[in-house]
Amino acid sequence: MGGPAGSGMTALNELTLAEARDGLSAKRFSAREITQAHIDALEKARVLNAYLVETPDRALKMAEVSDEKIAKGEARPLEGLPLGIKDLFCTQGVHTTAGSKILEGFEPHYESNVSAQLWRDGAVMLGKLNLDEFAMGSSNETSAYGSVISPWRRNGSDAKLVPGGSSGGSSAAVAAHLCLGATATDTGGSIRQPAAFTGTVGIKPTYGRCSRWGIVAYASSLDQAGPIARTTRDCAILLGSMAGHDPRDTTSVDLPVPNFEAAVSRGVKGLTIGIPREYRVDGMSPEILKLWDQGAEWLKAAGATVKEISLPHTKYALPAYYIVAPAEASSNLARYDGVRYGLRVPGKDIAGMYENTRAAGFGREVKRRIMIGTYVLSAGYYDAYYVRAQRIRTLIKRDFEEAYASGVDAILTPATPSAAFGIGEKASADPVEMYLNDVFTVTVNMAGLPGISVPAGLDAQGLPLGLQLIGRPFDEETLFAASQVIEESAGRVSLPKAWWA
Amino acid sequence: MSVDEKTVRRIAHLARIAVADEDVAPLQGELNAILAFVEQLNEVDVEGVQPMTSVTPMTMKKRVDTVTEGGRAADIVANAPETEDNYFLVPKVVE
Repeated sequence: MGGPAGSGMTALNELTLAEARDGLSAKRFSAREITQAHIDALEKARVLNAYLVETPDRALKMAEVSDEKIAKGEARPLEGLPLGIKDLFCTQGVHTTAGSKILEGFEPHYESNVSAQLWRDGAVMLGKLNLDEFAMGSSNETSAYGSVISPWRRNGSDAKLVPGGSSGGSSAAVAAHLCLGATATDTGGSIRQPAAFTGTVGIKPTYGRCSRWGIVAYASSLDQAGPIARTTRDCAILLGSMAGHDPRDTTSVDLPVPNFEAAVSRGVKGLTIGIPREYRVDGMSPEILKLWDQGAEWLKAAGATVKEISLPHTKYALPAYYIVAPAEASSNLARYDGVRYGLRVPGKDIAGMYENTRAAGFGREVKRRIMIGTYVLSAGYYDAYYVRAQRIRTLIKRDFEEAYASGVDAILTPATPSAAFGIGEKASADPVEMYLNDVFTVTVNMAGLPGISVPAGLDAQGLPLGLQLIGRPFDEETLFAASQVIEESAGRVSLPKAWWA
Repeated sequence: MSVDEKTVRRIAHLARIAVADEDVAPLQGELNAILAFVEQLNEVDVEGVQPMTSVTPMTMKKRVDTVTEGGRAADIVANAPETEDNYFLVPKVVE
């Protein structure tokens, strides 16, 4: 671990991003020192398999530039802050795989918009983070490069747990202090579910808030980038740099980026928080129900009004998602054909080459989703499946619009139906069992809304549980304000001690 | 609805994914589990509901019809498995 270097008892990699920023600007330590502290920490944490690529030389060069900027009084908003990048973001000259064998060896000659804006603002890149293959998964077990092991363990057990997914490398690295914050993406819950599983904070902003340019596509009408970090404030700081209009993504909105950090301390006085009765699903753990009630009490105590609302089409969001997302994926992943990048496996003719390349390059879950997507888009099934799912998507969005029109400012729900499970525990023949992890988060993607997951307590086994807040379109600020109230009321989660080091 | 073995092979071919004989039956079971799960969507009355085309109401942006970038052929083919003179090479398509 890096020395305390004047920062009291806390190791440099254990500071929050906001504390690190303030420490750097007060010159209590250098960008080089905090970067080195992270490099040392991640070298000792390889057993977690959170990083697919480490870029220590690049990190130290970027830190050197940051130290010069700080010395000249020219510090940018994220100057010298070491971050991890989900390996779905293309990074120029740095191996980018999307967790798939089919992209093995791919080195983009361009930088994703979101990561480019982080470097523009002075952040330091530590490396690329593991994920479910093409972001398709809820446990990080579909990565072609092995599962990520959560830094969390159940009380008195050393069973390996999943860090959630698909942004499992991001959530594990943030929880294990292997970066100050990380980029992530969320198509059905892939930021919020891993954040909930690891006691970290994750926000999926409104669809269109962050540019998708340079992010490997899964389901384009649902994919959004966002940060995972250790506090609400840290997420607000990171989103401020990640968001913004990009003409290269036609769905990127041309709206000013608010001062998200300023919204963190706004409070919830006078706000109305909706509690959707349809999220009270059968077989939900009493611990999660209790925590949900507790969350509502905390918001009430801080001055919000809480009222029950109805989102009647909630139960149809997940099945509709498993038509819409695979349909888009089957189209997006058609580009992996052994011609322009990645793997090529020869065949007897060009079609044989395509078929062999894709058979060898894609993992089981990805093939399954491409095939379901191909089926629901095929002649004779398009109306029965795809068009019907898109109609239901309209109804899901309408439910939210009606709730907001009735005066609700934000909606409070559990983030996940359970705490983290063990690696291999859900490897049954029925893929739907794994899909149910996203039952509370997927509605938000279907409606294009912002959602944040914030740690709210521990279960009886000592594992973190999260609450989710869902906001109006482009009102991430209210989510940061309400999330901060929950974070302060619950008390910051104490993250696991480094048993791996 | 559910898929039979023949349909699994047809979808695999449409998706350009080679499937070994022994993988057809397991895939059929997995695909049918997903199709059974989405079956519940038939309960919903969608009469008169417009299918969603854009989750955020927005007019499609059009850029000016000019060259924005160019002359980067070497960058574009840099990751290709086989190239020659900045062309992608593929197996022979026409005899």
